[in-house]
Amino acid sequence: MGSLALFFRLVRASIGGQARYPASALMLTVGQFLGTGIEVIVVWALFHRFGDVQGWRIGEVALFYGLVNCMFALADALGRGFDVLGTEFLRTGAFDRLLLRPRPLALQLMGNDFRISRAGRLLQGLAVVVFATQQAGIEWTAATVAIALFALAGGIALFLGILVLQGTLSFWTVESLEIANVLTYGGVQAAQYPLALYARWFRRVLTFVVPLACVAYYPALAILGKADPLGAPAWVGIVSPATGFVFLAAAFGVWRLGVRRYASTGS
Amino acid sequence: MRLRTLARPYVAAFASRFLQMLQYRTAALAGFATQCWWGGIKVMVFAAFYGGTAIAGASSSMSLEQAITYTWLAQGLLVLLPWLSDPEVAQAVRTGAVAYDRLRPVDAYALWFARSAGWIAARVLPRVALMAAFAAVALPLAGLGEWAWQLPASWAAGLAFLLSTVLALLLSASMVMLLNVAATAALNERGISAVATPVVIVLSGNLLPLALLPDAWQTVLLVQPLAGLMDIPARLYFGQLGGWHAVAALGLQCFWIAALVAAGRLAMGRTMRSLQIQGG
Repeated sequence: MGSLALFFRLVRASIGGQARYPASALMLTVGQFLGTGIEVIVVWALFHRFGDVQGWRIGEVALFYGLVNCMFALADALGRGFDVLGTEFLRTGAFDRLLLRPRPLALQLMGNDFRISRAGRLLQGLAVVVFATQQAGIEWTAATVAIALFALAGGIALFLGILVLQGTLSFWTVESLEIANVLTYGGVQAAQYPLALYARWFRRVLTFVVPLACVAYYPALAILGKADPLGAPAWVGIVSPATGFVFLAAAFGVWRLGVRRYASTGS
Repeated sequence: MRLRTLARPYVAAFASRFLQMLQYRTAALAGFATQCWWGGIKVMVFAAFYGGTAIAGASSSMSLEQAITYTWLAQGLLVLLPWLSDPEVAQAVRTGAVAYDRLRPVDAYALWFARSAGWIAARVLPRVALMAAFAAVALPLAGLGEWAWQLPASWAAGLAFLLSTVLALLLSASMVMLLNVAATAALNERGISAVATPVVIVLSGNLLPLALLPDAWQTVLLVQPLAGLMDIPARLYFGQLGGWHAVAALGLQCFWIAALVAAGRLAMGRTMRSLQIQGG
């Protein structure tokens, strides 16, 4: 069986399992929708009270917000296995079983638990993108759709990379640490607002260390047809999402080091 | 004397859970790092919004310094918020250990309440201390004085804040008890907390100071029970509620504690009557 076919089979099995408890799955999805949607209220309330922020209108900021949430929802659904690597695989010894199977390890982890509930965040993100389209008058031409899809792919790769790094960390700690939330949920939080609002050192971190700005801020500027107040040329947004894939590749490099270091806990 | 004998098992339950939770130091440190990052982002966003406002009145309800201090306060007190049921209670229900609690010659509600309060207090205290050290001491030393956590408006405001925080802890425990009962009835707490979390985080004012939400909503926002968890203590801290207003605010917290404890007792009595222990 090809890797891709295997992956879809795992995903189907995982979804099937969750569909056995429809009420629970529905409630978790609604919870995700509300939980992430509540942040929209905060952004809206700030704009309501203060008006525009440094020349940014709510519709423009909504595009960042919606894009980032769509990216993270999909990456989170895929990368759940890395997220719980410490608690569910290393400590229980289930990881040894994965190692014995003659199939790519990353694939088995990604297909392990494909969360339906992440649809809640995805739907909410999409709704905000629709809102942004209306408010900021975005024209969805072939070019802008292509940029958006490329940014989405790059963003999924980037967030997946963060989850892979988080999983790698648990080879050392044998625990899934909350600290990774700084980059996952915290990254979503940071990328929801225009980069230009932040302090200089923080902008550097978001561009060169964890390139969230490259998958959200610059492509969104390109879609909006807005010039970067910081002076980056317009073509940056068209190529920058590629850094997401570079980040993912680097993360898998570190991951391989971790796997090589792995010694079973024996449980 | 009689009172002390009566209170003894509950104090012991509180203390044992408190000390047990203090052992999770790594978790507290990891949580602290996360909260610093989030706080930093919030502070930068606030600074941007306030900086762009030349229109007077837009920010009259709260100054930037207050919004920043509020942010650090909220980050420190984050785990005070009741969005999870006490995992120990859920586990006791699942394993059947709840039967022992029913057999003990103490009030089961009060026992769980004391335990849950100890659980919350032990998670909150180290984080508040760390957050204060970071935002009130380290930030000014690092030359980021304008991002720092400011002192309370006055001694009286500080005292009122402390009193209000203790009430907030009790209020939180009374809500956690309701979640505990709900988790007992549903045998699964994940769905409940998935829905409870966003509601609690917004209505307590933790995500955004309630004063910054639209003016038309303010009255409703202030009298609802969740405001007593974070927003009322913060308003007392800033001295925005003085004199009789402060007393009224503390009274409101007490009212909600009483109401929620009563509701919790009632709900728990009903659930316990229909609870079946499945052996094990």
